[in-house]
Amino acid sequence: MDYAFYQEYWWFLVSLLGAILVFLFFVQGGQSLLYTIGKTDEERTLMINSIGKKWEFTFTTLVTFGGGFFASFPLFYSTSFGGAYWPWMLILICFVLQAFSYEFRKKEGNILGHKTYEAFLLLNGFVGLLLFGTAVGTFFTGSEFLVNKENIYQPMMPVISTWQNPLHGLEAVANPRNVLLGLAVFFLARVLGSLYFINNIRHEAINARSRKQVLINAVLFLVTFLTFCIWTLCAKGFAVHPETGEVYMQNAKYFHNLIEMPLIGIMLLVGVVALLYGIGIGVFCSRSTKGIWFAGLGTVLAVLSLLLILGYNNTAFYPSVSDLQSSLTIRNSSSSLFTLKVMSVVSLFIPVVLSYIFYAWRMMDKKQIDVNELNNNHNPQY
Amino acid sequence: METLDLSIIDWSRAQFAMTAMDHWIFVPLTLSLGFIMAVMETVYYKTGKAEWQTMTKFWMRLFGINFAVGVAGGLILEFQFGTNWSNYSWLVGDIFGAPLAIEGIMAFFLESTFFVIMFFGWNKVSKGFHLAATWLTWFGATLSSLWILVANAWMQYPTGTSFNIDTVRSEMTDFWAVLFSPMAMNKFFHTVTSSWIVGAAFVIGVSCWYLMKKRNIEFAHKSIRIAAAFGLLGIILAMYSGDGSAYQVAQKQPMKLAAMEGLYQGHTGEGLVAMGILNPAKKEYNDATNPFLIKITAPKLLSFLAFRDFDAHVPGIKDLLDGGYLETRPDGQAVKPVTTDEKIVFGKMAQNALKGYKLAKKEHNDSLASVNKAVFAATSPYYGYGYIKDKKQLIPNVPLTFYSFRFMVIFGGFFLLYFIFILYIRRRIENMKWLQKLALWAIPLAYLTSFSGWIVAEVGRQPWAIQDLLPTFAAVSSIPVSSIQTTFAFFAILFIVLFIAIVSIMVHEIRKGPEHIQ
Repeated sequence: MDYAFYQEYWWFLVSLLGAILVFLFFVQGGQSLLYTIGKTDEERTLMINSIGKKWEFTFTTLVTFGGGFFASFPLFYSTSFGGAYWPWMLILICFVLQAFSYEFRKKEGNILGHKTYEAFLLLNGFVGLLLFGTAVGTFFTGSEFLVNKENIYQPMMPVISTWQNPLHGLEAVANPRNVLLGLAVFFLARVLGSLYFINNIRHEAINARSRKQVLINAVLFLVTFLTFCIWTLCAKGFAVHPETGEVYMQNAKYFHNLIEMPLIGIMLLVGVVALLYGIGIGVFCSRSTKGIWFAGLGTVLAVLSLLLILGYNNTAFYPSVSDLQSSLTIRNSSSSLFTLKVMSVVSLFIPVVLSYIFYAWRMMDKKQIDVNELNNNHNPQY
Repeated sequence: METLDLSIIDWSRAQFAMTAMDHWIFVPLTLSLGFIMAVMETVYYKTGKAEWQTMTKFWMRLFGINFAVGVAGGLILEFQFGTNWSNYSWLVGDIFGAPLAIEGIMAFFLESTFFVIMFFGWNKVSKGFHLAATWLTWFGATLSSLWILVANAWMQYPTGTSFNIDTVRSEMTDFWAVLFSPMAMNKFFHTVTSSWIVGAAFVIGVSCWYLMKKRNIEFAHKSIRIAAAFGLLGIILAMYSGDGSAYQVAQKQPMKLAAMEGLYQGHTGEGLVAMGILNPAKKEYNDATNPFLIKITAPKLLSFLAFRDFDAHVPGIKDLLDGGYLETRPDGQAVKPVTTDEKIVFGKMAQNALKGYKLAKKEHNDSLASVNKAVFAATSPYYGYGYIKDKKQLIPNVPLTFYSFRFMVIFGGFFLLYFIFILYIRRRIENMKWLQKLALWAIPLAYLTSFSGWIVAEVGRQPWAIQDLLPTFAAVSSIPVSSIQTTFAFFAILFIVLFIAIVSIMVHEIRKGPEHIQ
C-alpha cells in the first residue's frame, strides 16, 4: 500500500469523524430547541437531562476530529486555524461555554443563575452550529490565503501560511453559499435533536412538540440543503491535475466527482433516503420512536459522501481563491507516510471504541427518561 | 519585507500559558480523585457496606464538577496549537499531531463514555460493571495524560525525528523512540504521581473541614486514611521520577538545569543550592557580579544528581554560551562540546542550505541541490539556532525558573512529611485543630507546588518551542495582535468567573455533605 492509499484512508477517517460529529450535533440542535419545546422549567430540565448524557460524545468527537485532522493533514490545521482565526475561535468559545453549563446549571452556588447557563446552551446551539456549517462551506467555496513554505527561512517573517483578508475568516459569512450550508447544518441538527427527544423522553407534551419541530425544521433543512447541493454541484470546483498537482477551476467539478465515483453517489442517495425515512417516522408515525436511528444513519452517510467528494478524485479540499496553487489537497497537506502508517495501526482501535460506545449507550438508554427519574436520588441530575 | 509584530509572540504565549494554567487546575484532581473514588467503590463492591457507596458518590460529585471544566480547557489548548501556533503546527504536526490523535481515539472516548456510566449509571448497570466504569474513567484520564505528556516531552527532547528538506518540516522516523524516550517516561510518571499529591491533599483538606465542624467524623477518618496512603505513594514515586526528570534535563537541556540552579559559572563537584536568594544586581551572564546574595549548598550534590558522579563538571549559563569547558558524556568521557557560536553558525548554514536547495530545485540544478542537501543534513540538528540573533536570547528567565524549582522541591518535601505524619497519628487528628487548619491550607499549597513544576518545565525551555529546532518566535501564527488581545481578555474573564463559580459550587456541595446522598 502506497502513500496515496494512506492519504485517502485518512481522508476517509477524518470524513467519517466529521460525519459522526454532524449526527452528534443533535445535542446542539436539542439545546437550540430548549425554549421552543420546553415550556416549563421541569420540561427543560427533562430535556437537559436527556441530551446532557450525550454531550460528551459530541465534545469528544469534536476534539478527536481536530486531533485527527492535525495529525493527518497538519497543513490544513496550521493554515485554516491560524488564518481563519475568528470563526474557529468563536466556534471554540461556543463549545467551551457548553462544556460546564450542563453540570453547573442547577447547582447551588453557581453564581450566574440557571438562565445564564441555559443561554450558553442556546448560544452553542445557534451560533456554534451556524458558524461551524459556514466554516465548512468554505471547503467548497474557497478562502483567501497563501502558503509559501519558503517563508520559513525569512528571519523577520517566518510564517508559512498567511491569511489575505483582514477579517481573518469572518468574511466567509458574506458568501451566501457558505451561509446556506451553515443553515442546513443548523436545521438538520434541530431535526435530529427533536427525533432524539422523541426517542429518549417519555413526556406527552414534549413528544408532540418535538414531532412538530421535526416537520418545521425538516422543511427548512431540505430547502437550504438542496439549494446548497444544487448550487455546489453546478458551480465550478477546484480540480487538481493528477500529474503536475496544479490546481485549476473545473465546471461542475463536484457533480463530476459524484458521477466518476458512483459508489459515493449511491451512498449519498441512500443517506438522503434514510434521513427522509427517519423524518417521516418522526412526523407521521406517532407511536414509533425509531426515527433518530434512520435519520442518524442517513446523516452519517450523506455527510460522509459530501466530504469524500470534497477530497477524492483530484480535488482541492481546502481551496484558496487568493492563489489557486496554495490550495490544499490530500496529497500536499498530509503527514508523512510513516506517521500515517503509525496512526493507521492505531485506527484499528476505532471499531472497539464504537462497540463500547454502542454498548454503553444501550445500557444507559434501555428505558426512556421521565419526570420520575428527575426525582430519583440514586443518580445525580443536571 | 513584511515583518512579524513581536508582540504577537508575547500575547500568544500569555494566552497559551493562561489556558494551560487554567487547565491544570482541573487535571490533577481528575487524575487523583478518580483513583481514590475507584478504591472506595472497590471496597463497597467487596464489602457491600452502604457507607462506602456514599463516600464514593460524594467524591464523585466533586469529581464531576471539576471534570466538566477540565474538558473545556483541553479543547481550548488543542485549538490554540492551530490558531496561535500555526507555524508550529505545520513544522512539527507530523510528530506532535500523532499523539494528540491517538489520545482522542484511545483515551478520550474511554474516559467520556465510562464517565457517563459512572456518574449516571448507579442502579442502571450491575455493580461490577459500574465498578469497571469507574476504574476505566480513571484509566482513560491517565492514558490521555500519557499521550499529551509524550507530545510535551518530545518538545523538550525531539527524538525519533528528522527534518525533511523537501517537505520543509520535521517528520517522525521512529514512533517507539518518541513514545518511550526517557524524557517522556519520566515526565509521564512524574506528572501523574505528583497529581496524586494534589488529590490526596484535597480529600484530606475537605475531610478535615468536617472534623473541624465535628460532623461526618467516620466518613472523614476513612477518607483521610485512603487519601494519605495514596498521597504518600504519590510523593515517593514523584520524588523518584523527579530525580529521573532532572537527570534527563541535565543531559538534554543543560541550559534549563543551569537556570534551575542559578548557575552561571560551572565547576567540577558542583553543589546543589538548597536555598538561596538571587542577586537582582546581576544584569549580564558574563559580568563579575555574584549571582547570589546568599545561598546554602549541599556540596557536590548537583554533580551527582546531574551526572551520577560527585566530581562531574556541571556547565553554567556562561559555560554553555561561551564554551571553554569539557562536557561529561553518559559513558564518563569528557569531550569539548559544540559551542553556542558554532551552533548559531550551523543554524544559519542550515537555513541557507535549505534556501539554496529550493532555488537549485527550481532551476533544475541537481548537483547544486545535492550539495545543499548534504550541507543541510549535517547542520539541520542546529536548524533553530539560525533564528538566534544574540546568544543572550538563549537564556531562559532565571529567577522564575530558580524560585519555582525551589518551591516545588521544598513543598514536595513538606508533603512527604505531611502524609507520613497523618498516617502516623491516625484518629488523633480529630483533636489537632492546628493540623486540621493546615490541611485546609495544604490544598492550595499542593496546587501551587504542582504549578511550579510546570513553570520550571516550560519557562526553563525558553526560548525554544522545540528544543534546538524551533524557537517560540518562529512558531506563531500571523494574526493581528488586537485579535489575540481580544481573545486573551475573553478567556481571562471566563476563567476567573468559572473559577469563582466552581469554588462556590464545591463549597456548597461540601457544606451539604455526604448525608444528602442516597
